[in-house]
Amino acid sequence: MHSVWQKRLQTLRYVVGENPLSLAAFLLFAAFVLLALVGPAIAPFDALASNVGAPLSPPSLAHWFGTDSLGRDILSRVIIATRLDLGIAVAAVGISCILGGLAGAFAGYFGGWTDRIVGRLSDTIMAFPLFVLAMGIVAALGNTVANIVIATAIINLPFYIRVARAESGVLRNAGFVEAARLAGNGEVRLLFHHIIPNILPPMTVQISLNMGWAILNAAGLSFIGLGVRPPDAEWGIMVAEGAQYIVSGEWWIALFPGAVLMLAVFCFNLLGDSLRDLVDPRRRT
Amino acid sequence: MLTTILKRLLGAIPNLIGVVVVTFLLTRALPGDPAAFFAGGAGTAEAVEEIRKKLGLDKSLPEQFIVYVRDLARGDWGMSHATGQPVLTELTTRLPASLELTLAALLLAVIIAIPLGILAATRPGSWVDHLCRGIATAGVSLPTFFTGLLLAYIFYFLLGWAPAPLGRLDPYLSAPPLVTGFYLIDSLIARDFPVFVGALKQLILPTITLALFVLAPLARMTRASMLGVLSADFIRTARASGLAPRTVLFSYAFRNALLPVMTTLGMVFSFLLGSNVLVEKVFAWPGIGSFAIEALVASDYAPVQGFVLSMALLYVLLNLSIDIAYGFVDPRMKIEN
Repeated sequence: MHSVWQKRLQTLRYVVGENPLSLAAFLLFAAFVLLALVGPAIAPFDALASNVGAPLSPPSLAHWFGTDSLGRDILSRVIIATRLDLGIAVAAVGISCILGGLAGAFAGYFGGWTDRIVGRLSDTIMAFPLFVLAMGIVAALGNTVANIVIATAIINLPFYIRVARAESGVLRNAGFVEAARLAGNGEVRLLFHHIIPNILPPMTVQISLNMGWAILNAAGLSFIGLGVRPPDAEWGIMVAEGAQYIVSGEWWIALFPGAVLMLAVFCFNLLGDSLRDLVDPRRRT
Repeated sequence: MLTTILKRLLGAIPNLIGVVVVTFLLTRALPGDPAAFFAGGAGTAEAVEEIRKKLGLDKSLPEQFIVYVRDLARGDWGMSHATGQPVLTELTTRLPASLELTLAALLLAVIIAIPLGILAATRPGSWVDHLCRGIATAGVSLPTFFTGLLLAYIFYFLLGWAPAPLGRLDPYLSAPPLVTGFYLIDSLIARDFPVFVGALKQLILPTITLALFVLAPLARMTRASMLGVLSADFIRTARASGLAPRTVLFSYAFRNALLPVMTTLGMVFSFLLGSNVLVEKVFAWPGIGSFAIEALVASDYAPVQGFVLSMALLYVLLNLSIDIAYGFVDPRMKIEN
């Protein structure tokens, strides 16, 4: 046991040494999680209160990120928004991973008509440009945050289905599964006790690769006016609020939320890459 | 070859059916009762009933689906309440604007990404390689709506190099006579060079914004697949036989590396069509994306559904042409037949 952990630590050190950005990404990730957890406690101002400063004032010592057209403190709003943005992405990816993972595992394990139905479902989703499908779903189900989560979860489904299906398709013929089957375990028990635990590592990698994209999609949807309603603070909608002021030179309203959004997505993408390198070195690109 | 194309065409049919079924389900998932919605707040019970009959909502779901497909085939995609025009007309008049932007961005991305990927693969560990990896990770992290605004701020407000981010053409210029709907091509046909330059200027920033986003997956895939091919035995043999490095790189390695790159093109198009909507909003580009956003804001559902359907049809078509082109590039496809 001891040597296994030593080996893992060595790999970790190798991956971090090879790509020092991984370490930076991990620290950044920790910072974002912290912000999401304790954001409201450390925000200097009330994020929804108007006129805590003069409207449209540029960044200053009192308001590090400046204020918007209603005199709200942008730094506080950016901090508060972390929870909502990450929350939407985590919820969407979570739903997607559980449903997609189960569907994929069933399809790969049982094959036959289960596989055909799941495959067709996944193909049908992929037949749409995914962001456009998300727009259509939110428009049809109604303009709420919950529906943003559902739409983001649906467009992420095919990725999890694909991973789970491929993995369980390989595992069903593996020696240990065969042994468990001969020992008299039922098919469903095999699936839940022997197959699904073993497809968790590649699913984890897929989650971290998907998170950044999920954040980006959710922010994009609220940028075009879906889901999150003003005055709630969310990075995408804050960029949209600042968009009209860009051409008159008030850059800070859109810049800070946009930059933080970019940083968050970048951080998740880097993490996803390093996690993949750790779990599956063959897929390094 | 013809049978291959025919096979691909048939292969696209299930996707086409899937797309139509999903868009139909989306129209029936409208919040609340569509009949009550169209009757308005003051609608009486009889009025609602009448509208329900008129919309065919009193029929069973399969019957409604048949009616839906028949209407689509007839070109009846519903009316836009906001503009009072048929949705299909609105979409077809705006489609060229979106296509011009999308294709320009794709062209720019391919021109930059493929050489970059090849250079990175031939010099692993060099600065080009690091640049390629950096771009690949940073590029997919860019919120297109944010980069668009940033570019507009820098190049319009600060430097004054670019025109105002408002539409396809300066209001002082008039659009060229309609031939293809692409301003760049139409102005050249009309030999109207001021309009050509004007349209080009408006196109540059949105194109760069979109290209930056799709560049990343293309460069990454080119690099990875070139690396894979360059380490293959047949490349070693070609080198050992004394072929010129250029011949080995382009006729042997690149042609083989192109295949995985082409398969990612489908994903790239998905990104491209999706972020096209966001870029259109940022630059007030009069394409189908901004049309759909305006309709969304006004709770005008028929245009949104028409937009989703037309984008999906376009995407199925693009994937089909990638598939067919794949057959031309991959010599193994010829042997199979």
